Amino acid sequence: MSAVEEVVTEAPAVEAVPKRAMTLGVGTSLVVLAALVLAPLFVKNFIIFQMTMLLIYGLAVLALNILTGGSGQFSLGQSAFYAVGAYTSAILMEHVGMNYALTLPIAGIICFGFGFLFGQPALRLSGVYLALATFALATAMPQLLKLGYFEHWTGGVQGLVVTKPDAPFGLPMSQDMWLYYFTLAITIGIYIASVNLLRSRSGRAFMAIRDNEIAASAMGVDVALYKTLAFGVSAGITGVAGGLGAIAVQFVAPDGYTITLAISLFLGMVVGGVGWLPGSIVGSAFIIFVPNIAEGISKGLSGAVFGVLLFLVIFLVPHGARQVAIVAQQMLGKLKKN
Amino acid sequence: MELFTNQVLAGIATGAIYACMALAVVMIYQAIDHLNFAQGEMAMFSTFMSWQMMQWGVPYWGAFILTLALSFIGGIAIERLLFKPLAKAPVLTNVAGFIALYAIVNSVAGLIWDFTIKQYPTPFGSSPFLGSQLISTHQAGMIGITLLMLVLLFVFFRFTRVGLAMRAAASLPESARLVGINTSWMIALGWGMAAAIGSVAGMMIAPVVFLEPNMMLGVLIYGFAAAVLGGLTSPFGAVMGGFLVGIFENLVGTYIPGVGNELKLPIALALIITVLVVKPAGLFGRPIVKRV
Amino acid sequence: MLAILRTTAFPAAVVAFVFTSSSALAQKKYDTGATDTEIKIGHIVPYSGPASAYGVIGKTEEAYFKMINENGGINGRKIKFISYDDAYSPPKAVEQVRKLVESDEVLVVFNPLGTPSNSAIQKYLNAKKVPQLFVATGATKWNDPKHFPWTIGWQPSYQSEAQIYAKFLMKEKPDARIAVLYQNDDFGKDYLKGLKDGLGAKSSMIVTEESYETSEPTIDNHIVKLKTTGADVLVDISTPKFAAQTIKKMAEIEWKPMHILSNVSISVGSVIKPAGHENAQGILSAAYAKDGTDPQWDNDPGMKKFFAFLDKYYPEGDRLNSSVVYGYGAAQTLTRILELCGDDLTRANIMRQAANLKDYTPDTLLPGIKINTSSTDFAPIEQLQMMRFKGEKWDLFGDIISGELGH
Repeated sequence: MSAVEEVVTEAPAVEAVPKRAMTLGVGTSLVVLAALVLAPLFVKNFIIFQMTMLLIYGLAVLALNILTGGSGQFSLGQSAFYAVGAYTSAILMEHVGMNYALTLPIAGIICFGFGFLFGQPALRLSGVYLALATFALATAMPQLLKLGYFEHWTGGVQGLVVTKPDAPFGLPMSQDMWLYYFTLAITIGIYIASVNLLRSRSGRAFMAIRDNEIAASAMGVDVALYKTLAFGVSAGITGVAGGLGAIAVQFVAPDGYTITLAISLFLGMVVGGVGWLPGSIVGSAFIIFVPNIAEGISKGLSGAVFGVLLFLVIFLVPHGARQVAIVAQQMLGKLKKN
Repeated sequence: MELFTNQVLAGIATGAIYACMALAVVMIYQAIDHLNFAQGEMAMFSTFMSWQMMQWGVPYWGAFILTLALSFIGGIAIERLLFKPLAKAPVLTNVAGFIALYAIVNSVAGLIWDFTIKQYPTPFGSSPFLGSQLISTHQAGMIGITLLMLVLLFVFFRFTRVGLAMRAAASLPESARLVGINTSWMIALGWGMAAAIGSVAGMMIAPVVFLEPNMMLGVLIYGFAAAVLGGLTSPFGAVMGGFLVGIFENLVGTYIPGVGNELKLPIALALIITVLVVKPAGLFGRPIVKRV
Repeated sequence: MLAILRTTAFPAAVVAFVFTSSSALAQKKYDTGATDTEIKIGHIVPYSGPASAYGVIGKTEEAYFKMINENGGINGRKIKFISYDDAYSPPKAVEQVRKLVESDEVLVVFNPLGTPSNSAIQKYLNAKKVPQLFVATGATKWNDPKHFPWTIGWQPSYQSEAQIYAKFLMKEKPDARIAVLYQNDDFGKDYLKGLKDGLGAKSSMIVTEESYETSEPTIDNHIVKLKTTGADVLVDISTPKFAAQTIKKMAEIEWKPMHILSNVSISVGSVIKPAGHENAQGILSAAYAKDGTDPQWDNDPGMKKFFAFLDKYYPEGDRLNSSVVYGYGAAQTLTRILELCGDDLTRANIMRQAANLKDYTPDTLLPGIKINTSSTDFAPIEQLQMMRFKGEKWDLFGDIISGELGH
């Protein structure tokens, strides 16, 4: 008994987004950048901290976007990579005494390796099976982190407290502001690298796999290599985000990296628009601020309010912020013509 | 050897919970081709409804039947109101919708019935079954009900017109429409049936794990794992998957020294993934052949 | 001034008025979050997520401060109680606490719940010199005034409670074969350490340690396994839902060892009743607070106040839920501290008063249990009394035992 799936007639799980539509125009990018650079000068430290978290989660959503929007693979296990990155940074800073900035590339490399290895069995899985495998990874991670054998390094169930770095060279800014600009610089760097990656040969290979795996392999794309590579890159970026998160929050513990985090990141990607990299920051804003708004509306029903708001968003714009951007672009185009 | 038998029996007892849930998971997968993350919460809500009826004095089986009917209607209503408008939206947006539904149902149940655990009655009693202290009469009853649902589902999908139409609508919607099947209503019907089966699962599970808004949190993970292991296209596979996961997990906890107990869920999941790598459609699922 | 007052025949009321107002004028001192009319209190607790059952504590405290405000506030100042949801996630806790301190500008962060969340905010609050007052967790590490002078606990620590059981076991059942069932997290591990420390050289009495994860739907199979070890004492370190499952399963498989249950799960309403009263007969535990279901407190003046509060300000609150009793006691202790502070509402003075409580007894503590703190002792409640479940309530027995840990 075997069913034949018509791959061609059926719409792929992730829509084909042309690579140019995955980024923003130069003008818009500069405006957003200016806003991100200038905003901290006018707000309280607490808001700066929230903006730092916004960038960090934005990076993690971006990483998922490269995986799902780029190569069409689905992951509910990003919290595991985020946790590995966070713990790598925390352990290197607190046990080895390494400089915080140096821990981040190491976190990224370790997570890249971890993601690449995880990508191997994931090759054989797709759709819901891959979802379950990544879901399993996310549920397993907190239990691995508190395992007695690693307790000396991880602090076990108690977690590890991380020291927040001061601004270097005696710069007259608060720790929060310094960390924000530090994070901003890394975010911009990774964003530009990601955009270039997707425009490169590898990026085209990712997208070919996303749109039609069989056709891609017929064209000579090494499907296995590029799929695992996508996992590795995504995990690596998530790891850097995790490391930054550990420094910003000054604490790592198994309870901070549960499946809830993975689900939040996933929601961030959907709200921002699957495959649209700039949407990552919109998605990140959604997962940070909407729960707070929901709580402000009703404490007892905050979960319900959050769910209703999420439904509203996906009803109005099923394709996320990307849809809003496209509509805005079209309207601008009409205005110019008039 | 006695320890081994004991652990297998205890595994079957827990596995019955997973099997029950896995059946509901497979049902919705048959109808809509997705895993519904809100499934556990919908089952929990149904169970609370039956509990509330019993508090109002309705006898157990009366509440049972009423809940079944209400859940069926509720499932259809959810599909018509919330997911039909999303039918044309991307798959991942639908998944986000499931998560939103999860948050809403959980939070509303918490507000109405609060988060303290509640005792839930069992119609089968809880004395040892056939003298074995490892399986109680309730667990035996739960296994019986699960098998009964399995047979009913088998008959439904194999021999009734609606069941056949539903399978057709899920696997080849285009062709199904051509032969005159109302695929949209088939999906709604699938939601209704999944909600009803879920409510039975909830009412069977609640006496063991106690009734509270988060009671399905852990069960759902195992239910998914069981359904995927057995093959998402096969109700029989789902039930077998449930028992296998239960036994797996128990044996890992007992026989792997040192870390077995702490890591039994991760190890059980890793085993399932290994199985999937070898048999991507699950143990009892139909293999899917891709054609360009 | 005093001399003048003494020699002048003012009416008593006027004397009192002059005295209080002049002293107030003399010492009115405020930090951020306190004014002539208002005191801002910050609070975090999981209202959503898997630990949302604890949200009741926040609701109870909110209702308590509503009562205080309707009765005129504290020294004429109203309490503004700002409570946020941290969903039991450390990063979220940091965000919410920073919002409380930097955006809402609260005077203190009161009763934040959970060891992970408190660990995450401890360093920040101590660096900012904002009191982390009466944390809602029993980890032992909160009693560390030398390194964290702005953090203070409230309830007895898990370790000291476990040591009480260890002492009890060594005295009553020196040849016990102990099976330990514990939740694999900070709570379970801290407790297990306390038990082992308490048994000391005799920790070989523990024949088996079995851990469970909160992600497990049921822990029945652990109970089956523990039964086969042939242990005759079960030390049960589980949270309410799992405790109820344990009690029920033990009855089902007819395993009847001496059963010691951690204080976290003694609520009659949310553990014993769902598990079945008949299954819980003879269970041992220790308590520091009165139980709302126990008829022996019906005429207790403290509990009468508590019930009156529930009726008027928190009618939806369940008196069977021990979290309600907990929230009331903690809120009352904070009120006491703020009263003692008078018009010197600086953060430093609040810590000074919190570390200077002598024999204070909130309404809901068991008779004989008193709160004592000092500049070297940041563990307010350190006494417990053993009890045994009989009929439909807990029967207290033996002396009040102090579980002070040697620091």
